[in-house]
Amino acid sequence: MRRSIPVVAAALGLALTMSACSSGGSNEGDATPKPTTAETTSAPALSGTLTMWVDETRIDVMKPIVQEFQDETGIKVDLVQKVSGDIRTDFVSQVPTGQGPDVVIGAHDWTGEFVNNGVVAPIELGDKASGFASSAIQAFTYDGKLYGSPYAIENIALVRNNKLLPETKANTFDDLITEGKSADKKYSVVIQQGDAGDAYHLYPLQTSFDAPIFKQAADGSYTNELGLGGENGENFAKYLAKLGKEKVLIATIDGEKAKQAFLDGETPYIVTGPWNTTAFTEAGMDISVLPVPSAGGSEAKPFVGVQGAFISAKSKNPLLANEFVTNFLTTEKVQTELYKAGGRLPALTASADKVDDAVLKGFNEAGATGAPMPSIPEMGAMWAFWGTTEVQIISGQAKDPVKAWDKMVTNMQDAVDGTK
Amino acid sequence: MSQQTVVTDSAGAPPEPPPSRSRPRGDGISHARNYGRGFWVKVILVALIDAGAVYGILSAVAVSQWGIVAFLVVVLLVVNWVYFSKRALPGKYLFPGLVFLFVYVIFTACYTGYIAFTNYGDGHNSTQADAIAAIQIQNEQRVEGSAAYPITIVSQDGELGFAVVQDGQVEVGTAEQPLEAVDGATASDDKATEVPGWDVLNFAAIAQQQEAIVSLRVPVSDDPADGSLRTQDGSTGYIYQSTMSYDPAAGTMTDSATGTVYTPDDRGSFRAPDGTALTPGWKVNVGFENFTRAFTDSRISGPFISILIWTFVFAILSVLTTFALGLFLAVVFNDPRIRGRKIYRSLLILPYAFPGFLAALVWKGMLNPDFGFINETLLGGANIPWLTDPTLAKVSVLLVNLWLGFPYMFLVCTGALQSIPGDVLESARMDGASAARVQRSIVFPLLMVSVAPLLVSSFAFNFNNFSLIYMLTGGGPNFEGTPIIVGHTDILISMVYSVAFESGVKQYGFASALSILIFIIVGVISWWGFRRTRRLEEL
Repeated sequence: MRRSIPVVAAALGLALTMSACSSGGSNEGDATPKPTTAETTSAPALSGTLTMWVDETRIDVMKPIVQEFQDETGIKVDLVQKVSGDIRTDFVSQVPTGQGPDVVIGAHDWTGEFVNNGVVAPIELGDKASGFASSAIQAFTYDGKLYGSPYAIENIALVRNNKLLPETKANTFDDLITEGKSADKKYSVVIQQGDAGDAYHLYPLQTSFDAPIFKQAADGSYTNELGLGGENGENFAKYLAKLGKEKVLIATIDGEKAKQAFLDGETPYIVTGPWNTTAFTEAGMDISVLPVPSAGGSEAKPFVGVQGAFISAKSKNPLLANEFVTNFLTTEKVQTELYKAGGRLPALTASADKVDDAVLKGFNEAGATGAPMPSIPEMGAMWAFWGTTEVQIISGQAKDPVKAWDKMVTNMQDAVDGTK
Repeated sequence: MSQQTVVTDSAGAPPEPPPSRSRPRGDGISHARNYGRGFWVKVILVALIDAGAVYGILSAVAVSQWGIVAFLVVVLLVVNWVYFSKRALPGKYLFPGLVFLFVYVIFTACYTGYIAFTNYGDGHNSTQADAIAAIQIQNEQRVEGSAAYPITIVSQDGELGFAVVQDGQVEVGTAEQPLEAVDGATASDDKATEVPGWDVLNFAAIAQQQEAIVSLRVPVSDDPADGSLRTQDGSTGYIYQSTMSYDPAAGTMTDSATGTVYTPDDRGSFRAPDGTALTPGWKVNVGFENFTRAFTDSRISGPFISILIWTFVFAILSVLTTFALGLFLAVVFNDPRIRGRKIYRSLLILPYAFPGFLAALVWKGMLNPDFGFINETLLGGANIPWLTDPTLAKVSVLLVNLWLGFPYMFLVCTGALQSIPGDVLESARMDGASAARVQRSIVFPLLMVSVAPLLVSSFAFNFNNFSLIYMLTGGGPNFEGTPIIVGHTDILISMVYSVAFESGVKQYGFASALSILIFIIVGVISWWGFRRTRRLEEL
């Protein structure tokens, strides 16, 4: 009798596991082939779940749109929130393992890395492509193929506190500084920097010296040939050193401090993007959005960023994904809703034409001549060199700005050669 | 300390027969053969574990992760054997620990080792099959100027086909059969609605076979050069031409436009004779290359020496300063003449209670030269570049680490001091030793016996103290003009991070190799350190 006790125990354990197993099994069943009751035709009902990744900065905007998509089509969508710092890396590393999503919402400058790793599938907008702002389509195009469906465009511009300075006459950045000083506040113009620098916010000034980061081909796509070397770049470096010496640019003012300084009325001007202006208007400030005046003689062109949706190269639901990305997200109704929720200029021209918000219009004008931020893989290696050198020039750590700039260009060229 | 000795003793003792060792319950037999309450609790717990394991196995089978399946099956079998066998008593205690050891230590270490020998990273992200598929879909070009076709998905005996309307005539084609006109079909708005002999699929039916539909290519005509029709959304089709074709027999990729043949090389890329490579590539074994690169790549070897020296300086000074302050405070607060010792002691442990990375961030804010609390308030508007001057930044890092680390040293020293027997000290005093002499010759040597191993492990911890450096200075202020972005306060592990991840191109293989090299450095030093400390015990 004693002998049999382990057997009894084993049998009992087995029975328990069997029941657990069967319940586990039906859970599995729930996850995939369970028919949804949305579409009840004579043929098999619609099945499949679309998994979509979105980060915390975009999820509030996407949630109602996804809900609408579910209601309209009956396709179940599993919207997963990812951390903005990880979403891009996770997508690249998880798509090959089959654990990635079907669709990821992100920025156009991810395109190069995604294509280079083979994790996104090209999409075909067909005739719909002509309805979009050409810069938005161009931004998601890589090697002549479109990889994302754009929905919003954003860029930085000069924002003015109308209470401190009612109008701007300056045509050059130097005049703007003089005007800013006339307001007699702590700062004249604030451009955020921080420990690692911020080449993005300085880019309008840099392009006004005709020193773009990469040269553009005739069709607007970027080549991997650096454009910021030579005399133009060196002039910009000298100008940065001058602004640093005059304490117009301050290395320790990061994004948060810049925003706070403007909110507190410590500066009449700030160079920033639409992500901050909502906070300004909500605080009851009267603001105007203007193009950044030229510092080096040519037009100051900011980077243009485009938001959109990518489809995974290994999606198990390519049709459903395309239904969302190319057919649903591209409609005027959805683009207008996204604009209302997110406060960014819609990528679809028909929706953009209806925007009547003065602030957004200002950003649109300031970005009209801007070029998309390069999405070529070489770009990823540039930011650190670029920002670090700029902040070293501004803070005076680099005694000779021209030498520091030239050294940076050499290092960037090495990095470009290294990524080949 | 004393507890440790007890454990080793019992482990070293010869195993006694199980019945007499198990806790006497009723007639004194083990749980394995006793129906008592403990037995049923055990049955329920093991059943829960089994249920979890079986669920895990099913999930892993569903996604074809056979390694995980095998591991879970082994765990499942061993759990049941260990807990229901009367011959496996030590296993009952050891097994959970072994499982966690395997999952968290051995597996991660082996996986890191495996990655270190590959070129895993951006551009070499997956398998060759994935790379081939990706190259093919990226190189499928829509025929310029071709129209968009409203498409109808049809099927016949399980074979899928596309129906389109061309010049008012419905045409149907399949993967083998180019588009061909069908009589008697109806269409509305340029979209075929009914095709004799074929079932027209609705959206739900399409969604069930989406992968097959998306990969379906219907030739437009008998001439492959005309391209083929494909759809991505099941409702609109476009004519595409493939510019890259894979030859499975030769294993090569051919560009049909230029005729260039790309052959796979040993670096995990398809490469043309002129050296140009197609992207993406795939993950391959590259031998010791990642390891040798740490020494041969001039971009890394340049700043490497100064970073290596600083890493040692940082780790050694961190241990010494925290230990000195911790010991001093421990000795002071160990004196019974001080009132309110408990309150002081609890206050001193406070920095230890904060999460390290949070404290580093707060310090970073306080040390900001223009807006920080220290310059603005404490020093009345001074402009001391705490974190932006190379030397001061190093000092700041050490000071912040002192603040973070001394409570730990204070705790262990207090504990060690209290475990020194009072009669030893008393007899020393009876022999006429001065207070200083007692400290130097009795207290300190006895203290070092128990604290020295902790100093070695503290060194190993600080050698890899990534979160402090990353959160406080980010390695900055950066060296000027170095070909990789590293700074004066970067230690080896944070240098690995900036080289492998922040340089814009992620290089997991290289990062793994460098972290193994760091492990070897730390391992050798710790081994040497522990050998030295063993000598202290021979006092």
